[in-house]
Amino acid sequence: MAQLEYNELETILYQKPEALEEHPFHFCPGCGHGIALRLVAEIIDELEIRERAICVASIGCSVNSYEYFNFDGLESAHGRAPAVATAIKRCHPHLIPFTYQGDGDLAAIGTAEIVHACARGENITTIFINNAIYGMTGGQMAPTTLTGMYSTSTPAGRKPSLAGYPIRVCEMLSTLEGTAYISRVALHSPAAVRKAKQAIKLAFRTQLAGLGMSLVEVLSPCPTNWRVEPVKALEWLAENMLPYYPLGEYKVIDAVAALKKEDHHA
Amino acid sequence: MFEKTLMAGNIAIAEGAISAGCHAYFGYPITPQNEILEHMSKRMPEEGRVFVQTESEIAAINMVHGAAASGCRAMTTTSSPGFSLKQEGISYLAGANLPAVIVNVMRGGPGLGNIGGAQGDYFQATKGGGHGDYRVIVLAPATVQEMMDFTMLAFELADKYRNPTIVLPDGFLGQAIEPVTMRAPVTKLPEKPWAITGAVGRAKNIINSFAMEPINDQPRIELIRQKLERIRQDEVRFESINLDDAALVIVAYGSAFRSAMTAMQMAREEGLKVGIFRPITLFPFPIKPLSDLSRKVKRFLVAEMSFGQLIEDVRLSLGADAQVELVNQFGGVPMSADEILEAIEKIMK
Repeated sequence: MAQLEYNELETILYQKPEALEEHPFHFCPGCGHGIALRLVAEIIDELEIRERAICVASIGCSVNSYEYFNFDGLESAHGRAPAVATAIKRCHPHLIPFTYQGDGDLAAIGTAEIVHACARGENITTIFINNAIYGMTGGQMAPTTLTGMYSTSTPAGRKPSLAGYPIRVCEMLSTLEGTAYISRVALHSPAAVRKAKQAIKLAFRTQLAGLGMSLVEVLSPCPTNWRVEPVKALEWLAENMLPYYPLGEYKVIDAVAALKKEDHHA
Repeated sequence: MFEKTLMAGNIAIAEGAISAGCHAYFGYPITPQNEILEHMSKRMPEEGRVFVQTESEIAAINMVHGAAASGCRAMTTTSSPGFSLKQEGISYLAGANLPAVIVNVMRGGPGLGNIGGAQGDYFQATKGGGHGDYRVIVLAPATVQEMMDFTMLAFELADKYRNPTIVLPDGFLGQAIEPVTMRAPVTKLPEKPWAITGAVGRAKNIINSFAMEPINDQPRIELIRQKLERIRQDEVRFESINLDDAALVIVAYGSAFRSAMTAMQMAREEGLKVGIFRPITLFPFPIKPLSDLSRKVKRFLVAEMSFGQLIEDVRLSLGADAQVELVNQFGGVPMSADEILEAIEKIMK
């Protein structure tokens, strides 16, 4: 851990994780990516796997995530991160590859790759950021855009008759035998962030124990493209996303439940 | 030590990859190259290596990306329609300076086409194929032995230049059965300090093909350009047959080259002085050797199994006063020596 100069403090309560780089995030004000990336970095520190972790970034606002982490990483083509991570894990079982993907990446263009990584039960971890919108390209409809929701490509609101229905990824993937741990969390309050961290940590522990595919969907605010102020965005998430995307665990195989129990006792 | 065995071209590719130290194979079934996937499904686990039958060609090329980025020799194989699907991934491999071997056992097209052998993917293989400024090294085997040897060479060149390399046979060569001398396994693989293998005792490694600001992306792209110049300078391969007294030179590769060999022999029996120039690297194309040749010989006959793709590179390489004719087959139909002989006679008699 980085040495702090505040010698007068007896206990360090909070500091930059070693798994994060020094430079700041470049996300818009109120964006959830910074929180999610920091949670991942904290967990990598806590599990002491910085030297084995591999960030498989995807395309969209998630593309630069390897720049923020202080460990090996690579970019993958749009939607293909689970295929890239599959190969890294198969070639180097001791490494801990995880994909960090947005909703357009994972649930639209990359649907085949995530479904089949789950079907094969690849021993990898996916952090899936669902903000119900295409962020980097400027706010077009995502596969997770809510019915009626405005986007730059659904100017009159998403109409199912024209644009279909939003995909519930956790519900869909949890039907696949190869998945070991699937959970949906959110970043709209400090309590929710704490729960999100627990879930992401359990996902990584699932991989460390070699139990199969682990995925955590993170409902995350995008004030810029939702066109609301950052604080309002948190409220909007709670009011609009939580009813359609209920939080909770969608798949916990027995061996993962046992890991969780261990944690509880500890 | 290594005796000759009878082997099909597709199997020779698989065994060549294994001898070259290919650690990971990813593939999706498509005729006429399924034997490679099937053979690898047995042999790779036997060797303690990685085999995955993927959900798509796209997943296969992206798994190659992951394996290559993490420092392993990796290969995927396909046939024409699947080769189209891999182009996105090949562009990303080239953009990230990653070594990988892609085999395209070409079949009839366009569209779904048919499972006969063809050479209609010449442009797609040699001119880029995917988006952006890049080229890949393209090796064109004409025998089963070369299917093995060029696959091994492809791994070597891919690592040497950190660039995707393509082996480009056609469906007839994939199915052809010929004697093959097995090759000794490569035991010493190059070090890859750039690979993402976990940041143990070193700064982190990043593999990407992206920069937020174009000006920051230019050094990466400039390196690709310089590398391609070195490849053009140092890696040209070709074969010349009977050029000393030739009054007409056939230019052909792959299966068409084999038919051209027979046609040349038939022509010579008739007293017609015919030679053959065979490009082995389709990229880098042997521009200078052909250009030099055209100072001596003025008549050329391009024999290929497409509407005429190779012929464009031949024309660009030759002097303005060279006469260039085309004899071709396409759409999965094999080219006979008789057809080529007929074209020779038409020009020379």
